[in-house]
Amino acid sequence: MSVTKTGGELRSYYGRPVIKEPTWTWEIPVYFFTGGLSGASSVLSLSAKLFGNEKLARTSLYLGAAADVVSPALLVSDLGRPERFHHMLRVFKVTSPMNVGAWILFLNGGASNTAAVLELLGILRPVKLMAELVAALFGPPLATYTGVLVADTAVPVWHEARQELPWLFGASAAASAGAAACVFLAPEDAGPARRLAVGGVVAEGALVHAMQLRLGEVGEVYHQGQAGKLSWAAKSLAGTGALLLARRGKRSRRAAVLGGAMVCAGELCLRFAVFKAGFQSARDPKYTVGPQRERASRDGTKATTKPRGAAGAAARGT
Amino acid sequence: MSSVLADLLQKTGAPAESHTYGDEQQQRVGFFTDTSVCIGCKACEVACKEWNMIPEDGLEWTGESYDNTSALGANTWRHVAFIEQDKPLHGNGDGTTGLRWLMESDVCKHCTHAACLDVCPTGALFRTEFGTVVVQEDICNGCGYCVPACPFGVLDKRHIASDANVGHKPDLAAGLGKKEDGRVWKCTLCYDRLKGGHEPACAKACPTKSIQFGPLDELRERADARLAKLHAEDWNGAQLYGRDPDDGVGGFGAFFLLLDDPEVYGLPPDPVVTTKHLGAMWENMAAAAAVFAVGIVGAFVGGRS
Repeated sequence: MSVTKTGGELRSYYGRPVIKEPTWTWEIPVYFFTGGLSGASSVLSLSAKLFGNEKLARTSLYLGAAADVVSPALLVSDLGRPERFHHMLRVFKVTSPMNVGAWILFLNGGASNTAAVLELLGILRPVKLMAELVAALFGPPLATYTGVLVADTAVPVWHEARQELPWLFGASAAASAGAAACVFLAPEDAGPARRLAVGGVVAEGALVHAMQLRLGEVGEVYHQGQAGKLSWAAKSLAGTGALLLARRGKRSRRAAVLGGAMVCAGELCLRFAVFKAGFQSARDPKYTVGPQRERASRDGTKATTKPRGAAGAAARGT
Repeated sequence: MSSVLADLLQKTGAPAESHTYGDEQQQRVGFFTDTSVCIGCKACEVACKEWNMIPEDGLEWTGESYDNTSALGANTWRHVAFIEQDKPLHGNGDGTTGLRWLMESDVCKHCTHAACLDVCPTGALFRTEFGTVVVQEDICNGCGYCVPACPFGVLDKRHIASDANVGHKPDLAAGLGKKEDGRVWKCTLCYDRLKGGHEPACAKACPTKSIQFGPLDELRERADARLAKLHAEDWNGAQLYGRDPDDGVGGFGAFFLLLDDPEVYGLPPDPVVTTKHLGAMWENMAAAAAVFAVGIVGAFVGGRS
């Protein structure tokens, strides 16, 4: 792969990548985690309120609002020109998942923080309820759109997983919101949060498996390099944490805190694993050229126009 | 959702019937880069850097034939590729050695359906009245979404310090700890020159007419004739790349005549605009979001406590 080969194997230009690696830095995967956490927390909070679990409702409201303060700061910090962050909000553009996401975050974050401040002050209950409703309405898109964001690129390991990524990110978000609430709540109030954390981790395991099945060879980056290590860490931490929550979380506060923290750490690792896998996938031209060449030879490609009768020339043994 | 998206994609694409510009709409123009007459002089690279005031981004010896530029990027908008092959230039091999040296001047493809333009969250990337795709440097906020969205790896973020960049002084970005330009840059097909009725700098500088500029329809006719001629002369591997409006990106505004398969030149063999599946992706996300909400509520229903 290091030089242009003329033989049967995949060819490339001096082994150089065909597409560019993303320019995004650590803020983006951390945001995937905080955005997911706040999106899921706003739904968890409103559900808890409806089911009469006030303590869980308040804890999740504060957790979601805190995450919603961190998220925009992370996104602005990642920009090449942070002072121009508001340029995202000058337009609404359905073809740009990042633009749609900026609006979703703006609405969810604005609502969750309004609700949290009003809760803290104990005033304007109807306005607070409205804000909680808005936050819960934009919570699910906030937790899942990031899957579309990365899938809508030319990076093979992201684009080819476009069916699974929003579901995977949603499961991860649900697990982290449940786990985070377990850390801050007494075990007797945290029942639904515990079940959400464990259920989220189980769903996530199944979705990772489904994604790997679909990706085939393109998915091998999840077993290599940094993405490989992070995937392993994500599985170990979230799995152990969920087991701890399920087995001991109901009786032991200490187990709930430790288990909750481990699940959150695992979810953060998962976001980093997906993030790093994209870089590794973009870097090696074989992941870009291989599937495209296969598709072209199977379905034919219109990207290249060969001379009419070229096949005849080849058949003449030239 | 899908139909809204279809409308939007239709608007961002560059069909000749686009009426966005009204009376100011111009004929769609582009490049036909005929690599069979490229001599690897790099006059296009130099002319491009000069005219567009692109900063120097390091001088390195790669050892990869005569190519020390390596790839398109924020500071390289024309890139000449050099490939040394143990293959005869002509298919039948008579009177030729078994060696050939391929050269190709690569450039932004100015796709009919441009992923960079679709995903840009600020509208910094736009379709000009000439059907080309340009980044507005005063709008781009350096989010970098277009960088991995481009199926050709054309765009990149400029990491050179702002004060080294002509026409831009450090401002608030420097106060926030950013020491680089931070915006995304690519070929503009010399939008400023087109506005003034001139051809792009690279085409002007090309001494062999390997880079031809003109109305896209005319270039396609010229390319077809050239391909037929090379075929009659039995050139090895001659093919057009990006000529057909039915390909995955709706045809290139800047297309090529290559002498081997695209991947040999570092080009994708079957590029598809990444937003092609976006309608389905949004629908899939809506389903995921709904199940997600139901799942959270379900955590309250299932409990024994």
